[in-house]
Order: sequence, then C-alpha cells, then structure tokens
Amino acid sequence: MADAAPSQDSSSEHAGTRRDFLVLAAGAMGGMAVVGITWPLIETMNPSADVLALASTEVDISQIEEGQVIVVKWRGRPVFIRHRTADEIASAQDVSLDDLSDPQPDAERAPRPQWLIVEGVCTHLGCVPLGSKIGDPRGEFGGWFCPCHGSHYDTSGRIRKGPAPANLPVPTYEFLDDTLVRIG
Amino acid sequence: MTTPVPQNRVAQWIEYRLPIFSWTNKHLVDYPAPRNLNYWWNFGSLAGFMLVLQIVTGVVLAMHYTPHADHAFDSVEHIMRDVEWGWLMRYLHANGASMFFAVVYIHLFRGLYYGSYKSPREILWWMGVIILLLMMASAFMGYVLPWGQMSFWAATVITNMTSAIPWIGETVVTWLWGGFSVDHPTLVRFYALHYLLPFVLFGVVFIHLWALHHRKSNNPLGIDIKSPKDTIPFHPYYTVKDMFGLGVMMFILLIFTFYMPNVLGEVINYEKANPLQTPAHIVPEWYFLPFYAILRAIPDKLGGVVAMVASIAILFILPWLDSSRVRSARFRPIYKWAFWIFVVDCIALGWVGANTPEGNFIWIGQVTTGYYFAHFLIVLPLIAKFERPTPLPESIHQAVLKGGGGGEDAPAAAAEAAPADAAAAEKT
Repeated sequence: MADAAPSQDSSSEHAGTRRDFLVLAAGAMGGMAVVGITWPLIETMNPSADVLALASTEVDISQIEEGQVIVVKWRGRPVFIRHRTADEIASAQDVSLDDLSDPQPDAERAPRPQWLIVEGVCTHLGCVPLGSKIGDPRGEFGGWFCPCHGSHYDTSGRIRKGPAPANLPVPTYEFLDDTLVRIG
Repeated sequence: MTTPVPQNRVAQWIEYRLPIFSWTNKHLVDYPAPRNLNYWWNFGSLAGFMLVLQIVTGVVLAMHYTPHADHAFDSVEHIMRDVEWGWLMRYLHANGASMFFAVVYIHLFRGLYYGSYKSPREILWWMGVIILLLMMASAFMGYVLPWGQMSFWAATVITNMTSAIPWIGETVVTWLWGGFSVDHPTLVRFYALHYLLPFVLFGVVFIHLWALHHRKSNNPLGIDIKSPKDTIPFHPYYTVKDMFGLGVMMFILLIFTFYMPNVLGEVINYEKANPLQTPAHIVPEWYFLPFYAILRAIPDKLGGVVAMVASIAILFILPWLDSSRVRSARFRPIYKWAFWIFVVDCIALGWVGANTPEGNFIWIGQVTTGYYFAHFLIVLPLIAKFERPTPLPESIHQAVLKGGGGGEDAPAAAAEAAPADAAAAEKT
C-alpha cells in the first residue's frame, strides 16, 4: 500500500478519515434510528394488553351429558368440550399410533378419558369443524369434520384424513374441581 | 408537434412556474401513440378509471362506515337504508371491484397475447404485477369490512395461510390478527390498510405510466415505433376511442349495479360474523377463484400456499421464460395456440375453484394447476426455442396502410419457407 503512491495516499487518507468517520457514524445512527422506530411500529400490531388479559375462561361442565359436546369461546375462538361415551373413548384409545399422521396417544390428549377438551379450530386454515351439534356430520372417524377443505378428526380430535397437518390442539386447562374447568 | 405556448397570460404565468400545460400536452394531447392500437388497448385507461371510481366511492363510504367489530355490520346496513344514496355508493363500490378486476385481467391477457412484457417493457410489466398484488390485498381487506359471515371466514382462511410458514407461522398470524383470532383489532387494521393501499396503488400506477411513456405503448404488431408515420396523437384519436370504451364499460357496470347488485356476492355475507360457526361452503369472490383452486389442488398446507403465491410471482420472471424475440402472437403460430389453451386453463381453474373439492374436481384441479405452471416453465421456453415466427412487417405504417389493415393474413403474404431458416431456428 505505502509504496504504491505514498504522497497521494497519505493526503487522501488524511482527508478521508474524518469525513468517512462522520459519514459512517451518521449512517450508523440513522440506521439505528430506523431500526429503533421500526420495531415499535411492528410491535403495535401484536395483541394488546387487554386482549392478552382475556386469555383464560372458566366453564361449568356439570350439565354436559355423556355424548354431548359444548362449544365455549376462549380467546375469541371456539373450544370443544366433549363428554365422551365409553365407545368413543375405546375407539380413540384403540388406534395404533402408526395410523396417525400426527401421532399422539389419547391418554396424553385426555388425561381424564371421559373429558376431551380441544380447540375447535381446524389446523388447516382455521375453520370451525362440524360435529359438535346433534345432526352434524362427524366425518369418517366419528369426531369432527371440517367443511371447508374436508379434514376428518377422530374422537380424540386427531387428524385422520384431509389436508390439515396437525391434530386439534389441546389448550392448557385445569380441573378446579369435578365440575369446573379453567381453560388457559 | 410544437409545444403550444399558452396564449392566456394567467396560463403563461403558471406555465413559467409549473409547466403543467406543456406536460399535459406532451402526455395526453400530442403524445405519439402507435396508429394501429386495437380495442384491447382500451383496458389500461379503463382500469385507471375504475381505480378513481373506487377511491371516490370508497372515501364517501368511509364517512358513514364504523370500523368496529360490534358496529361494522350495522353501519353497512345503515349505509344501505338510511344514508342518502348510500345504496348506490355501496353497490357501485362492490360491483366496481369486480369490474376493476375484469378489466385488469383483460389488460393482463392483452399483455400476454401481444408480448407487452418483453424488452424494453419488463419494469413496466413488473409494476403491473405489483398493481395486481396490491389490488388483491385491497379487495380482500375491503371484503372483510362489512363483517358478515363470509367476510369473517374469508379473513380467517386467508390469514391462516401465513401460519403455514415453518417455525414463525403462528407468531406471524397472531401478529396479523392482533389477537388469537380474527377479531376487532383485525378489522380495524384491515380498514386502515384498505384505505391506504389504493393510494399506494395509485403511486405504482404512476410509475407504470412513467415507464410506459418512456418506451411508448406496444401494439398489435409488436414491432417498434420507427418513425412519426407509425404514430398518431393521443388526442383526439385515443381519447375518443377510450371514451367510447368507457361508455361500454359503464353500461355493463351499471347493469350490475342497478339490476343485479348482489349477483356476484354471497348471500351469507348478509348474516353477521359468527366466530363459532363456519358456513358450510366457503367461496371467495369470482376474481380469486383460479388462485383458490391452485391452493386446494396441492394436498399439503404449506405446498398449497406456496403454489398459490408462486402462481402470481411467476409473472415476474415471465419476460425471461419466454425468450422469443417476437412480441406479438400474430407472428407466433404455436404460441398463439398456447395462449388460448392457457386462457381455457385459467377459466377451468376458476370453475374448479367455485366447486367443492370432491370427485372429479380434485383431479381436474390438479391437472389444470399442473398445466398452469407447465405453461410458464415448460411450454413457453420450448416454444421460444423451436417455434419459427412468420416474418414481421417492415413498419407499423406499412402494415397498416398497405398491408390490408394489418390483419392476420397481411404478413403471411411475405412468408417464404426457406429450409435454411428452419435450420437456423433449430440452432438457436
């Protein structure tokens, strides 16, 4: 470097250093300012505190008869609470995990076998599957059937057929006593 | 073509400070347009008119609409029943969206047929694709605003597509919603964006026209303007022609607006949004049906979303997929067929999209989706390689004035089937 053109180099280097420093420093500050404001701008679109505050709900399940499903609203979306019959429990438990595209044993999804609690939102594109009301189609596996794009769920809310990639998610919930459950 | 100096002294005073008179003259009056533009060239200005109509009716509607999950549905009914002429504004706006898409789709296929995407108009073409994307986003978000059942579930299904993105999908979809489902925060942001995007679109239209006026319009022959004899002034020739087209388009739009304002909509959207009940049959508006069919053709969540995005994104690289240097399909005997097959394929996709994915619609959807991409990725490159175009006319004015009006047969008269040409074509 030094033996190429010493006189030119040193003068331009000297003149350049301060200016380069200022350009870089100002550019860096400007860049930080842009990032600094972009982050809050993006964050404003995330759920606000009041939306997050509504994140749990308590449900009385004493009135749900065997074989019945109720739909409750949690975080603005439906949750299915299903009082399963002995047959439904048996058919959910007898499935080999190899037959499932999203393998999960029924015992893991329903710690109290007569109660199945799942989010009622199809994992494909978010429609509410049918099967909770009497007379609804329940699909080929007796659980739920999504009318939008034809996904079939079994009595454990697991995906068995259709485009949905995953089982109906089990929300975090807790039995406060035998008749009261808190979701969220 | 001398720039007229304004005679009026006030106009002179303005012109000296802001050259608006010479600018208008340059771009709207004496602007040299190819003398052979046919009626397919009306659709650009028609699209521009539709954009303005949508903005004007939209601003008026915004004065009466309430962007709130509890009040939006009722405020739309308030517009329909109580607001003076509110029904007219809303029906014009809703049917105007369909008209806008119709003319833009025709405009797009015009570009495909006559090779308007080819050099030197690639950036012009890109701006058009961006305009299409902005239109789709605006139309989708506008459809959500009445907060009916179809509004709500369209919003749910479309926003859920982002949840297909690996790893960050769920975070992104929560961010889009501003909550854990489509709800009030989603509605308000859609309203803000639905108001904003048309103005962004207007800006992109400006760039679209900037590029257009820099390289000038393509024309049915697809050959360059070579001399002033190839052009005629925009005014009065094309202003009059565009006005006539505008009359025809408004006639169609008003037939829909006055006599069948809901025929393109879904009845179930007059039912208020219910987050706990999905309608039995979800269908998008007609202008999204082909893309909806592509989404459903792939039996995999991520794959379907990727294919749908790719179906539009592929237009960006079209100028390089079709490397034939001849623009107009008039001189491309094989491409002409490929074009019409592609049109039929797109219509078939729309038909599949309108039906439940059962029985035959499953394989028809998959075949038509496959062909959609094959058209761009296989058919066009192969045609560009092996097709032997018929000879191009010398110039626009020669073809128009001497060649019998530049019809389909005109160039064929000059065609000479030399074996050397065929050999050359195979090499390239």
